[in-house]
Amino acid sequence: MQKALAIDAGKCTGCKQCELACSFEHEGIFNVVRSRIRVFIFEEEARFVPYTCTQCDQAWCMQVCPVGAITSDPMSGVKSVNAATCVGCKVCTIACPFGTINYNAGSGKVEKCDLCGGDPACARECPTDAITFIDAGLAGYAKMQDWAARTDTAPQAAS
Amino acid sequence: MHHVIIGTGPAGVSAAETLRRLNPGSKITMIGGEGEVPYSRMAIPYVLDGGIKEQGTHLRQDKGHYERLDIEVLAGPVTRIDAQHKLVELLGGSAVNYDKLLIAAGASPVKPPVPGLDLPGVHHCWTLGDMRVIEELAQSGEDVVLMGAGFIGSIILEALKKRGVNLTVVELGDRMVPRMLDETAGGLLKQWCIGHGVDVLTDTGIDRVEPDGERLSVHLTSGASLSARLLVVAAGVKPNTGFLTGSGIKVGRGIVVDAHQQTSLPDIYAAGDIVESHDISTGEVSVMAIQPVVVDHARVAATNMAGFKARYEGALAMNVLDTLGLITTSFGLWHGTGSGEQAMSLDAENYKYLRLEFDGDHLVGAQSLGLPEHVGVLRGLIQSRIDLGPWKQRLMANPHQLAAAYVACTNGVC
Ligand SMILES: Cc1cc2nc3c(=O)[nH]c(=O)nc-3n(C[C@H](O)[C@H](O)[C@H](O)COP(=O)(O)OP(=O)(O)OC[C@H]3O[C@@H](n4cnc5c(N)ncnc54)[C@H](O)[C@@H]3O)c2cc1C
Ligand code: SF4
Repeated sequence: MQKALAIDAGKCTGCKQCELACSFEHEGIFNVVRSRIRVFIFEEEARFVPYTCTQCDQAWCMQVCPVGAITSDPMSGVKSVNAATCVGCKVCTIACPFGTINYNAGSGKVEKCDLCGGDPACARECPTDAITFIDAGLAGYAKMQDWAARTDTAPQAAS
Repeated sequence: MHHVIIGTGPAGVSAAETLRRLNPGSKITMIGGEGEVPYSRMAIPYVLDGGIKEQGTHLRQDKGHYERLDIEVLAGPVTRIDAQHKLVELLGGSAVNYDKLLIAAGASPVKPPVPGLDLPGVHHCWTLGDMRVIEELAQSGEDVVLMGAGFIGSIILEALKKRGVNLTVVELGDRMVPRMLDETAGGLLKQWCIGHGVDVLTDTGIDRVEPDGERLSVHLTSGASLSARLLVVAAGVKPNTGFLTGSGIKVGRGIVVDAHQQTSLPDIYAAGDIVESHDISTGEVSVMAIQPVVVDHARVAATNMAGFKARYEGALAMNVLDTLGLITTSFGLWHGTGSGEQAMSLDAENYKYLRLEFDGDHLVGAQSLGLPEHVGVLRGLIQSRIDLGPWKQRLMANPHQLAAAYVACTNGVC
């Protein structure tokens, strides 16, 4: 069974524990700027929305990469960047309509959520269960996937 | 079912992989044109700047990738398509029969009608073959002239500069990348390049090139002349449709296709730089020649070839450029509709610029200089035609809110 991040923005308090956890997990430092999950804060509406890659089926980043540096794990569906192969051309950063793959000028490579290899730190550290890691079918990605389909120039074949 | 693909660039390879996924039992044959392992032109600059080895340009890095997927790769090129007998002829005379054919033979660089461009020492930067010559000639300290500061020219500019050559760029337009950036962004980019030791001459053409022993004498329209060991020509590309003459396949600016990427002939499809697309921003037809469009074509074409239905809704122009550390992007109608509203933020001193173009409640185009994070949302906002609601005014007041606008509008915070 594939698992996915389920985000319940209504439970988010904007504490940014997820950002810190992500940065520490991937970079070994606590620096929200280096996080691959971002909490958007809407003060007027008093809403907090944690936001990251949904490992979408369209996988624009993976399709567009000119050197095959992004691969999809057949078991988990996670799309991850092989830094040794990435040439840093950034074409994936403009092709992903969610803006969830970003260039890091320090490394000269791109970075995205890789679900921490199966135990995502953001979900582990979220104190309010606004982020949980559950069966993909239950994760309620339907809404995000609607948006994915609206951007898609090539709806996948119905087989 | 035998699927035959002409061309082993990103369009051909993406299509072959999609076909294998959707039609596991079919026979798939790709025919190349250059006798190389399938590779990506886009990766060439990163070999020139020393970032990767030549093998890093290969479209797929795992050894035995095509064998594993049971995709046969033949050396071409294809010289003729005989649609009546459903076969393609290869150089040397052999023929390959097909049930469904994909034409993904790409484009070639244009050589403008300037005297002297056939001299040794004048090269394009388009193939691995070109790259090997440039590696040889563009040694550190050499004098090199680059003709054209368009999108591809500007990518080559960075690679050449990183090799340590003395570089002069000659561009006919009034700024760098005139088809992707406005005066402000193109001007800032030029200033940035000059600050990084590249001579950028805009509003200037190359009048003629003459031999000068081992070197070249490059005469400019301004009357000045430059001495160089190498002249690299990056003055646009044109689809490789020459070998289609007499095939009956309709060609306009590129191969004409329908929404299923099928050509004017049955069982023959086309994808990539060789095809003209419907531009969703302008409503016009053009050859986009950019990677995101190429792979979308390939996916649609292959899905239809495999017997499923997929439609291509049209292409969105999008480019990202990294010029010696300054990142610029442009999307869609970056120059605006002429009658829509506009939001702009400029910090010239720190090389930061963002310009958004609206049509009513929708974002229709954008450019950025000094990369904002989450830049992909520009594609999302434009291509999904997201109703911005109150976020339109917020973006007018502060265009840097664009990622927040995207997240808000797709999460019901508006
Ligand atoms: C230096 C450089 C940098 C670039 N950078 C970017 C970038 O940053 N972003 C971006 O979006 N795009 C970039 N591009 C453009 C991008 O590389 C092309 O859009 C893309 O390669 C097109 O893919 P394609 O498969 O349609 O054609 P191609 O990659 O041109 O492949 C066509 C294939 O067909 C073969 N062929 C041609 N004629 C025949 C024949 N008669 N028979 C058999 N085979 C034939 C060719 O040999 C080749 O293998 C760059 C291009 C260059 C040269
Ligand atoms: S930046 Fe890296 S991962 Fe992204 S498309 Fe280019 S090579 Fe592939």
